Amino acid sequence: MSNDGQSHTKTRPWPWWMSGALALLVVVMFTLLPVVAMVKEAGAINWQTLVENAYIRRVITFSLKQAALSTVLSLLFALPMALALAHKPRFVGRSLIINLFSLSLVIPTIVAIYGIVAVFGRTGWLNELLSTVSIPTVSIYGLTGILVAHVFFNMPLASRILLINLEGIPQQNWRLAKQMGMSPASVFKYIEWPVIKSQLPSLALLIFTLCFTSFAIVMTLGGGPRATSIEVAIYQALRFDFDINLAVALGGVQLGICILLMMLTTLSKHNSAMNFSTFTAMRTSAQSKHDQQLMGSIWNGKRWKILHFVTIALLTLYVLTPLLALVFSAFNTKLLPVITHATTIDAMINTVLVSLASALLSLGLAIGLLNSARHIRIRLKHEQTGQWLQLSGNVILVLPPLVLGTGLFLLLRPFADVFSIALVLVIIINSLMALPFILRILEGPVLMSANEQDRLLQSLGIQGFNRWRLIDWPTLRKPIGLSLAIAATLSAGDLTAIALFGSERIRTLPLLLYQRMGSYRLEEAAVTAGLLLVLCLALFSILQRLIGGRQHAHT
Amino acid sequence: MLTLKDVEVRLTGRQWCFDIELDTHGIYALLGRSGSGKSTLLNVIAGFLKARSGTVAWHQKNLNVMEPAQRPVTTLFQDHNLFTHLTVWQNIGLGISPNLKLNPEQMENLQSVLENVGLAGYEKKLPGTLSGGEQQRVALARCLLRRQPILLLDEPFSALDATTRQEMITLLLRVIQSYRPCVVMVTHDDADAKALNASILRIKSDRIVKSK
Repeated sequence: MSNDGQSHTKTRPWPWWMSGALALLVVVMFTLLPVVAMVKEAGAINWQTLVENAYIRRVITFSLKQAALSTVLSLLFALPMALALAHKPRFVGRSLIINLFSLSLVIPTIVAIYGIVAVFGRTGWLNELLSTVSIPTVSIYGLTGILVAHVFFNMPLASRILLINLEGIPQQNWRLAKQMGMSPASVFKYIEWPVIKSQLPSLALLIFTLCFTSFAIVMTLGGGPRATSIEVAIYQALRFDFDINLAVALGGVQLGICILLMMLTTLSKHNSAMNFSTFTAMRTSAQSKHDQQLMGSIWNGKRWKILHFVTIALLTLYVLTPLLALVFSAFNTKLLPVITHATTIDAMINTVLVSLASALLSLGLAIGLLNSARHIRIRLKHEQTGQWLQLSGNVILVLPPLVLGTGLFLLLRPFADVFSIALVLVIIINSLMALPFILRILEGPVLMSANEQDRLLQSLGIQGFNRWRLIDWPTLRKPIGLSLAIAATLSAGDLTAIALFGSERIRTLPLLLYQRMGSYRLEEAAVTAGLLLVLCLALFSILQRLIGGRQHAHT
Repeated sequence: MLTLKDVEVRLTGRQWCFDIELDTHGIYALLGRSGSGKSTLLNVIAGFLKARSGTVAWHQKNLNVMEPAQRPVTTLFQDHNLFTHLTVWQNIGLGISPNLKLNPEQMENLQSVLENVGLAGYEKKLPGTLSGGEQQRVALARCLLRRQPILLLDEPFSALDATTRQEMITLLLRVIQSYRPCVVMVTHDDADAKALNASILRIKSDRIVKSK
């Protein structure tokens, strides 16, 4: 029995570095080759004239300005929301609101835009309301619309992250605060603000990066030379002006700024802004009823009650109404004709195909990277090297989808008709877009269980396939299910990649929705938006249940 | 005979030198302050840590070149001895088959060690439903099933209350008598060492010393 060790040494399938090397190779191939193609093209550019080009300057300034404003506004609204929710740990509908706020992570951008237009647009609910009291209508297009949409997406995200951190304040602090008779103001100053302050830099950077590289929102609500971001300008240069030099130049600028943002994020150290818990439903806080009452008594009095209620109600309505408007408008007379139309069905099949393929590819890359990174970090104890290997999966954050798309376009143009292999290119780009999310979700669970059990695993000789079958899969299937669900939903709702490579022949639902919105076929657009939303929610819950399985009976 | 000859280890800026011979059926208790390197010695013997120089040998067979699972060693850790998502039966079974495919004879052995540690009927339970003492018994059952000639115990009972601890020591003594392995136990409690009637080893100024 004691020589049992010999029997499984022969079957050791792969060395530990193989999976990481393969994943890294794929990531490098998908990104470095397009960049090389861009650099080759860039040689022909006269950078001097480009720097002096007023259009480029205006585009860069606008990109930065809208991102900065969006960040400030999102945080400004998120702060009172998070505080109000933290102060009110128990009320009817609280968990519904929090779930609604996590929904904004998976709702396709273009679908939400439809809802926002339905509320704030020219003939939207808000303007109808305003006109009944004879206030002049407001226009959603331009900077205003971009800000409204960015806040719609990022305020909930920021609220959730801040709330998670506020709820992490130890119970003893509240008891102490009560005992010392601290006023709400000093509670904020000495207990809450330090927690918030520590999160703000990374949170601001995250939101700034998201808004700076946002494409669909600026393309639909902005547009025109006055309100164009770099990403949209690249798209226009490639698809409408066929000005490859301009696209490459803009891509270079975008690449530079993104690298800068990435460096800042790495420097700010608090990479914790988004992790597993951002995506999982928040557990009801572990506070006892007694502690909740104690907390409640700090913000006592009618004025606080009203303030909390108004804050929560207004900001919830801000997120809820566009979704309601969308659902209402989706049930119209065009419902049946649209969903039975061949174009819609084709687009739907493409969407499902793209989303599943991207999610699987992305998960494969993530597991490949993490499997090797785990070995490097835990067994070889080269923490830094392991982290670098993992960080390679975040390449899309420095090489935004449209820049990558431009590179792929230039790379493949000599060999193939890029528009006829649109879906393949979209799958590549979408899988890289989902990769940072998957890595963040999986990193914690993968490392945590491995760390605790590493010596046990070594001494029992559980490795390779046995390890995945017996140890990793059962403990990781929940986060893996969530990763696949998020990746599939993100890919199904993405407009960026398909806008670049799609055509009349090959479309996905987001592109079809964009086209129907653009040609003011609003009823058809409403149905398409509703269909895409249902598809995304279905993909999300099916994948999460199917792969993630039910919760273990005992743990 | 377990021999550590001029074994040098470096870890987070510190350096240890282990040079000692332990009897095949000896029982040793390794005492010392926390951070003195007690666990480091066990990790070197088990193969979780690689020595910079020197050799670890069991009956003149060099263990340095072997992976942890190939060594004639089994370890009882202070915690995380069990996979929380696997049943008692699976946790023990992994001790003799890393792919959990057991032949009828192995199944029988498994059943008998379970009875030995007083956990018959617990096969299908998950570790989370067991008490701390019961969890350590499952781990001990696995050690018993593996029957490796070197048994390393890394503060195995320090997380248990006094009564449970007493029961565990009695059980451990029975396990040791049943197949007489070479035992090295890390502890910071002299009473544990006395109960096992162990020879005392100490780590002083990063070297190992036999006392008594």
